[in-house]
Amino acid sequence: MTVAIIDYGSGNLRSAAKAFERMVRETGRSDDILVTSDADVVRQSDHIVLPGVGAFADCRRGLYAVDGMVDALQHVVVDKGQPFLGICVGMQLMATVGREHGEHAGLDWIKGDIVPLSPADASLKVPHMGWNDLQIKENQHPVLSGIDTGDHVYFVHSYHLRTEDPAHILATVDYGEAVTAIVGRDNLIGTQFHPEKSQQVGLHLIANFLNWKP
Amino acid sequence: MLKSRIIPCLDVKDGRVVKGINFVNLVDAGDPVEQARVYDEQGADELCFLDITASSDNRDSMYDVISGTAEKCFMPLTVGGGVRTTEDIRKLLLAGADKVSINTAAVTNPEFVREAAQKFGSQCTVVAVDAKSTGPDTWEIFTHGGRNATGLEAVAWCQRMVELGAGEILLTSMDRDGTKKGFNLPLTRAVADAIPAPVIASGGVGTLDHMVEGITEGHATGVLAASIFHFGTYTIAQTKAHMKAAGLAVRD
Repeated sequence: MTVAIIDYGSGNLRSAAKAFERMVRETGRSDDILVTSDADVVRQSDHIVLPGVGAFADCRRGLYAVDGMVDALQHVVVDKGQPFLGICVGMQLMATVGREHGEHAGLDWIKGDIVPLSPADASLKVPHMGWNDLQIKENQHPVLSGIDTGDHVYFVHSYHLRTEDPAHILATVDYGEAVTAIVGRDNLIGTQFHPEKSQQVGLHLIANFLNWKP
Repeated sequence: MLKSRIIPCLDVKDGRVVKGINFVNLVDAGDPVEQARVYDEQGADELCFLDITASSDNRDSMYDVISGTAEKCFMPLTVGGGVRTTEDIRKLLLAGADKVSINTAAVTNPEFVREAAQKFGSQCTVVAVDAKSTGPDTWEIFTHGGRNATGLEAVAWCQRMVELGAGEILLTSMDRDGTKKGFNLPLTRAVADAIPAPVIASGGVGTLDHMVEGITEGHATGVLAASIFHFGTYTIAQTKAHMKAAGLAVRD
């Protein structure tokens, strides 16, 4: 099996690739982990990972600037239904629209928008940075198997995803309000936190994703 | 809820740990990657490497340290020391750092902070601030390990850094660094209350109560310490247990 981690110039992909490689080894799999900016490679891949750090608009611009990449994503993820994981801003790009520094259209795979975190409690800093505990809403999801309410994962973000359909929210995190931590439907899943930086819980989620056959 | 972060810091010179924890089970106590692995296993919430390599000829050793750590530790890693250009940042991130702390270069060219935040995002742009008391409730920024005064007032400086795009302030009290007398709490609180971004308190930790005070009285969201961990005085787990007993939210 081939796992494509999409490289569109957003941040550090080394740690994501290392985490996937580690879980391939630990679970006795033999998948190829490819960090790639080649749309043709993405079209042929079995599992797709879209990372992303920084601002929504910058990431969107970077992704759309890679020749053929958005078409390849639509083909492999929407038409072929291959498993997809969005991480942080990669998850936010799944939404309809991002409202960070203006309005920017997302991939529109999860109906909803990306809005600023604005906790009423002034002692809650923005960015939301650090370890926070998950409230799992969808216990039966295969990618969340073995991950429980109360498990800690690592967040760094100033914006969050509001979905139109509450059923798309698989887990939340409490930061002044219930903030979307994991979204998903069908063959799509996205995490606001960084599984590749979340020690055992994150590595476990990555292993589940590798085994996922939606 | 968000947990208070406990962050061990390792000073690295020419690719080696300067003050390393001396555990019997360590294969090589001077190897930063081994030390990072120990902290990872103990439950550290993040790791911080400070590169104090004097000669730029030896700076490449740091990239090996970072990439070796990134192979083994799947937790956030901040790297600072000698960061001057966006190319420096790019190389550190590609080696496996998640955040890069900028210190002197922010003072000599504040626009560099904006440039870094625009290019790599605020989430990885940490500004390290070394402050010294210059009177009651006033603190001044110093560079070069506390030797060079800048005339910049600490609270206003931190506010400016956040406006330019810093996602986090790593705040070290030069008066307290190395004293084991605890954080400079008035300084920490003054900065933490003045900016929307998280503040990491640093400098002066000698006891576990100091770690607690950094959060409760200093209003920091993370506490950084070096020597109490280096010398094995306390483990990360002991620190967390103590903070939890004091009523703070920590990651178990």
